[in-house]
Amino acid sequence: MKVLVPVKRVIDYNVKVRVKADGSGVDLANVKMSMNPFDEIAVEEAIRLKEAGKASEVIAVSIGVKQAQETLRTALAMGADRAILVVAADDVHEDIEPLAVAKILAAIVKEEEPGLVICGKQAIDNDLNATGQMLAALTGFAQATNANTLEVDGDAAIVAREVDGGLQTIKVTLPAIVTTDLRLNEPRYASLPNIMKAKKKPLDEKTAADYGVDTAPRLEIVKTAEPAERAAGIMVGSVDELVAKLKDAGAI
Amino acid sequence: MAVLLLAEINDGALAMDATAKAVSAAQPLGEVTVLAVGSSAKDAAAEAATIAGVAKVLVAEDALYGHRLAEPTAALIVSLAGGYSHIVAPATTDAKNILPRVAALLDVMVLTDVTAVVDADTFERPVYAGNAMQTVKSKDATKVITFRTSTFDAAATGGSAALEDVAAGENPGLSEWIEDKVAESDRPELTSAGIVVSGGRGVGSEEDFAIIEKLADKLGAAVGASRAAVDSGFAPNDWQVGQTGKVVAPDLYVAVGISGAIQHLAGMKDSKIIVAINKDEEAPIFQVADFGLVADLFQAVPELTEKL
Ligand SMILES: Cc1cc2nc3c(=O)[nH]c(=O)nc-3n(C[C@H](O)[C@H](O)[C@H](O)COP(=O)(O)OP(=O)(O)OC[C@H]3O[C@@H](n4cnc5c(N)ncnc54)[C@H](O)[C@@H]3O)c2cc1C
Ligand SMILES: Nc1ncnc2c1ncn2[C@@H]1O[C@H](COP(=O)(O)O)[C@@H](O)[C@H]1O
Repeated sequence: MKVLVPVKRVIDYNVKVRVKADGSGVDLANVKMSMNPFDEIAVEEAIRLKEAGKASEVIAVSIGVKQAQETLRTALAMGADRAILVVAADDVHEDIEPLAVAKILAAIVKEEEPGLVICGKQAIDNDLNATGQMLAALTGFAQATNANTLEVDGDAAIVAREVDGGLQTIKVTLPAIVTTDLRLNEPRYASLPNIMKAKKKPLDEKTAADYGVDTAPRLEIVKTAEPAERAAGIMVGSVDELVAKLKDAGAI
Repeated sequence: MAVLLLAEINDGALAMDATAKAVSAAQPLGEVTVLAVGSSAKDAAAEAATIAGVAKVLVAEDALYGHRLAEPTAALIVSLAGGYSHIVAPATTDAKNILPRVAALLDVMVLTDVTAVVDADTFERPVYAGNAMQTVKSKDATKVITFRTSTFDAAATGGSAALEDVAAGENPGLSEWIEDKVAESDRPELTSAGIVVSGGRGVGSEEDFAIIEKLADKLGAAVGASRAAVDSGFAPNDWQVGQTGKVVAPDLYVAVGISGAIQHLAGMKDSKIIVAINKDEEAPIFQVADFGLVADLFQAVPELTEKL
């Protein structure tokens, strides 16, 4: 069984985001970009399935600017076997919407016929949490979002999902789409020898047009603004003072 | 303009707060029809019919919808979608699972975690862990939206909408429910609680999390946690507050042994009053705190519990 892992190149989670003064968006020029953290978890899970003999090949896919090949090299260094880069934008500020991403991924699924697609649950830039579910709709596959544990068992997968009330375990028929939550695993770091080896692994380059997908956005970004600032607070010197302040403020 | 609103129902019980907040968010968009889906949904539907501003409640009660699996629920919503300009729900894990699937089946984008309605096509939502607020205008024929409940007030009750049964849709038969692991608790629900007390890595262990829980119980509060506390096994996953956990905006939020990473702030910085207790005076949490106390939590929290 092949496992397909879509990985997105996003602003590094440690970088402080700056909104551009003209309200046109967030400044992504010269900031550190990394693999979306949920996608690192997805790559790790796919590699573990291969190591356990449940997957035959791990294919990483990224859709975006040309530089997303760095993200794919990271996936290859972690242990993915090959990668597909779909160039769909020239400028990093151009974000491809989940619907278009899902359409491209659906076309790749048709070509590659993976038994499992493991996406992240959410891209930490647009915070949409949509692509995996949309891909499941377009392929007509089952979906198991927010995976806390994943177990492949013959032609099905058992997934414990992180939900509002706790954990929900479901069984999905393969092929299926799974999205990762934070507790699924702890991703490995790529070792130096593996980073070197990754340079020789195959990385195919395609365009959105190769898959006949129109990536024109459905949502027009009218403006991007800074969030409201909180008024400065005060430091208290003791628990007694804290209790008094809370009483004054009517909070307790 | 007409809105179809997926009610939040867990095991036959209506999540009144989340559903009523979504109703008030949806009100400016048109007449609101609520859809109650579940293996037992009639009681929840009747309760939803009392939310002011609801015009009608559709009831789809069938064993097929027992655990609100995404595939059959999305198929049902799509079969009912004709005639609605907006398909909406509160941004719960259930709705976040289902609505993007609905949107793709309708060939439209989804707008998740919307925090404000500008007009029928234009909405505001946070991006980058709440470090930027985006205003987006949808060009799609049907708008599929989840509303972040922490930013809307619940619609009042007192309405009496009519109930109408709808037949169950097809069963795609792709997934099967196995079990739920839900911890029973007498505490208020995290996203609707008036007070939340959260613990972080600084609490140190699952046993010591009892210090946090005691303070919460004294205040009648819900308990939350940082990702680090959940990852370390001090607290269950459904207590996580943050960018990728629950978003809360209570009247009072008490952060204990939490450093204040942007991913955590994303889930609580709209709280009315924030209290931070941390032994490191440089901790970023103090930048958003109304009242900060530099102290060892193992001393300060029991003392606070005692003195309240
Ligand atoms: C993709 C992604 C998603 C994430 N999503 C979330 C999310 O939804 N929610 C979330 O919370 N985090 C999230 N994070 C993690 C986030 O970046 C931080 O790592 C996390 O919030 C840190 O938790 P913490 O503050 O408990 O731990 P730490 O940062 O380790 O802070 C512990 C604090 O406890 C204090 N302390 C220690 N001992 C004591 C004591 N005895 N008394 C008083 N204070 C003490 C320390 O001074 C320190 O400030 C996410 C990260 C990523 C990459
Ligand atoms: N441009 C992209 N390229 C590759 N994978 C993507 C892309 N956008 C989204 N994804 C995948 O979909 C997941 C959820 O993203 P989103 O729906 O945008 O929050 C990510 O964690 C990735 O696995």
